[in-house]
Amino acid sequence: MTSVLDRPQGRHAGAAPRRRLLVVGNGMAGARAVEEILARGGAEQFTITMFGDEPYGNYNRIMLSHVLSGEESDADIFLNALPWYRENSITLHAGVRVDRIDKFTKHVFSNDGRVTPYDTLIIATGSRSHMPPMDGLYTPGGSVKHGVFGFRTIDDTRKMVQHAQQEHHRRAVVIGGGLLGLEAAYGLKSHGIDVEVVHSGGHLMNAQMGPDGGAVLRRSVEALGIRVHTSSRTTAVLGRDTVSGVSLRDREDIACDMVVVAAGIRPNVDVAVLSGLPVERAIVVDDRLRVQDEDDIYAVGECVQHRGEVYGLVAPLWEQAVVLANHVTGVDTSSAYLGSRTATKLKVAGVDVASMGLHGPEFDTDEHIVFSEPSRGIFKSIVVRDNKMVGATLLGDSRKVAYLTQAYDRGLPLPEERIALLFDVGGPGEAVGVAELDDGAQVCNCNGVSKGALVAAVKGGCTTVSGAMDATRAGKGCGSCKLLVKQVVEWAADGAVEEDPAASYYVPGIPLDKPALMAAIRKKGLRSVSQVFTALAPGSAEDAKSKMGLASLLKMMLADQYIDERDARFINDRVHANIQRDGTFSVVPQMKGGVTSVQQLRRIADVAEKHNVPLIKLTGGQRIDLLGIPKEDLPQVWADLDMPSGYAYGKSFRTVKTCVGKDFCRYGTGDSTKLGIEIESRFQGIESPAKLKLAVSGCPRNCAESLVKDVGVVAVEGGRWELYVGGAAGAHIRKGDLLATVDDPEEVKVLTGRFMQYYRENANWLERTYSFVPRLGIEHLRAVIVDDSEGIAATLDAAMQASVDSYVDPWSERDDPLTPGQFRTSLPLTVLPQVPVR
Amino acid sequence: MSADQTDANQPSTEPVITTGHILGPVDQIPFGEGRAFGVDGEQVAVFRLRDGTLRALSAVCPHRGGPIADGTIDREVVMCPLHQHAFSLETGCSSTGAEPLRTYSVQEDAERNIVLKYPHIRGNSLA
Repeated sequence: MTSVLDRPQGRHAGAAPRRRLLVVGNGMAGARAVEEILARGGAEQFTITMFGDEPYGNYNRIMLSHVLSGEESDADIFLNALPWYRENSITLHAGVRVDRIDKFTKHVFSNDGRVTPYDTLIIATGSRSHMPPMDGLYTPGGSVKHGVFGFRTIDDTRKMVQHAQQEHHRRAVVIGGGLLGLEAAYGLKSHGIDVEVVHSGGHLMNAQMGPDGGAVLRRSVEALGIRVHTSSRTTAVLGRDTVSGVSLRDREDIACDMVVVAAGIRPNVDVAVLSGLPVERAIVVDDRLRVQDEDDIYAVGECVQHRGEVYGLVAPLWEQAVVLANHVTGVDTSSAYLGSRTATKLKVAGVDVASMGLHGPEFDTDEHIVFSEPSRGIFKSIVVRDNKMVGATLLGDSRKVAYLTQAYDRGLPLPEERIALLFDVGGPGEAVGVAELDDGAQVCNCNGVSKGALVAAVKGGCTTVSGAMDATRAGKGCGSCKLLVKQVVEWAADGAVEEDPAASYYVPGIPLDKPALMAAIRKKGLRSVSQVFTALAPGSAEDAKSKMGLASLLKMMLADQYIDERDARFINDRVHANIQRDGTFSVVPQMKGGVTSVQQLRRIADVAEKHNVPLIKLTGGQRIDLLGIPKEDLPQVWADLDMPSGYAYGKSFRTVKTCVGKDFCRYGTGDSTKLGIEIESRFQGIESPAKLKLAVSGCPRNCAESLVKDVGVVAVEGGRWELYVGGAAGAHIRKGDLLATVDDPEEVKVLTGRFMQYYRENANWLERTYSFVPRLGIEHLRAVIVDDSEGIAATLDAAMQASVDSYVDPWSERDDPLTPGQFRTSLPLTVLPQVPVR
Repeated sequence: MSADQTDANQPSTEPVITTGHILGPVDQIPFGEGRAFGVDGEQVAVFRLRDGTLRALSAVCPHRGGPIADGTIDREVVMCPLHQHAFSLETGCSSTGAEPLRTYSVQEDAERNIVLKYPHIRGNSLA
């Protein structure tokens, strides 16, 4: 082994050699420690090498629940992607695990056979999911049974999403009703999975709150459709090769297709134990974060035990990283970490939860102030001892959190009227809470933004909440601090905070939300975009950013009564084609349901040949795309094609994807092809706030991917049709929610039209159905659209019919341009970077 | 803008006004839209605001070469169709962090033709 030892690299004579800093662990703690070291000039002192078990840069583990629920993509949660390491001259061994440390010769041994020397070592190995003992958890081969997941890494999360999205997987059991378990349950629920939570404690989140709070939380969680079993231990995972259910100690078995184990975490201490470092519950460190009795080895994060405490939260880790960096770089050798008072503030399964200190009174003399309103999911409990706050739990309403955290951290004197701790009773209230916050108090824990930094941003001119957030990156992590950020900005701006217009307006240039805008348009009888600006915009000013949204809205509301002003349209809608990066356009003829013919194919081939089309591409929506058409050639291309537009360019109904259907497929149960063609024929070209992509599948194998479409139809045995809405599989992945199951294809068309009309009338501009459906809730949509609870079904149907009736194929404009020079080139005549011809 | 105001106080070394180029009838541009013209080997996007005012800018977006004449406009700005960078119709300056567009002085003559004054002073309209 010694022969492969890395030799210290040669240095220029005279320059002080940089010491070798080696970091074992590339998670949030390891990377944060390095960031703090770099911030203290560590790059001049050290050559830095990091080992990470996971084959990635480092990411925000807290956000994995958002990735699971589909609110964020996994690319969005990276804190430092791979280029960051290069830019800071850090050697990263990603996907390499350190097996052993030789603390005497100062080398680490990793599982790729590498032996790496160090001068200073930092251990930041973090934690792993705890797998409690259960029968059947492992296969005879020793690996975890197929369908059982931990919830700790980005790979865990990806695998879970993948598993949940397989069509025959419909039920999941989450073991553990703590923070992580509830996040997992909530995330799986958003994939349309039925979820049951099995929790061994007497109430949910028992580490953060008492039984009364737990009961309120349970009610809120159950309202989401998640079943909860408390005081219930899982004794076995059932199923031979793959999960089929779980056994509980004193209840009936639960059948399921997947099991998520979220029963706490355990520090990763194997390396430390093997290497002879002091380990009790975790690696023992002193107030300098140095491993006990070791001069050159530090440890940080969830793998350490400091003064008997092991932390599983992010805030202590930040504090530890600062102290560690002060010592490692020698910037402040008097710096000491004295432990953290853990106050947690988070959003669990959509519910605001804050918790600090005691959950309930311990002595007769302790005061306990409680407010409980289960029907609204609100619970507040505060424990006071000797006029100091020693604990608080807040559920469903986090407005007082900033003040309470401060009072708890600093032992502030409390108001005599204790109710003022729970509510703002008259007086300045919240503002005082924020005003009392220390400048150094961290507001955003993900990005480490202090109150002082936010205040500085506001004083520097960022007087909107979103502006200050952009400037400081506060609230851009997990987002749980957004309310506090807003309060701080409002306080710092001293009432001069500017409202964020875009937040509620339908379009930025008209200060009205959608219902008010539609009402004003109707009341004043406005029929064109310019009329809307004149009547409703401040100073009657036009706004380029608002034009496209208004044009779409007016067309939807007025159908053939709309006065179409071409300048209000986006270029795509002016020339009925999709603009490409080189200023040419793509032409996609209609091909209903993805069904074509010899004649169509021959004509498309002839057109492509005649016009030297540089790229012919099959689209995801089962059509043929001709790319690279100059604007001036569009009319001729359409004339040669003599086919209607496929609308592959607008904020509109796009296409209906279908599978082969029952005529040919030996599994098909319904005539999906016919129904898909009929739906596309009926709704072709309908404008909407964002694009609409549909699909019809002939059986639950779902070859047309109906579960991830804005509206997806699936034929099921017995001549029935399932209708899913709000699915997506693009920038965002979401399984659609089941709106209804019906017997008749005609009923499918009626409900599809009614849903799309309701979406057109109620969705925000550019809000896809994957946001719209969860925002309103499938229960509400089902009530309105299927059960007609608001009595508007007939009106919706009639409005959709009016839009259908006013359809004109836009490509018919080829013979008679609507505006002068409609198809004249705008291409700069100079040669632009050309798209390569394949 | 301030740099140009300084220029106005002392004779500029750049030629200020030469002959106007006649680009043809103003009716070839619909209200609220733009059209591109080639002038002396340069590409110029001319816009006709809804009130009839004309504006002229270079036709190539400095960001990724997008066709500015295909952009959406209001009274103040044009938005490039490719990545929605916004440019002031008057000064060519970008409010979204892109490099500025050149501006040109443009007018309508008695015969309702578009007249482009060229060359120009960078970053300023001579009207």
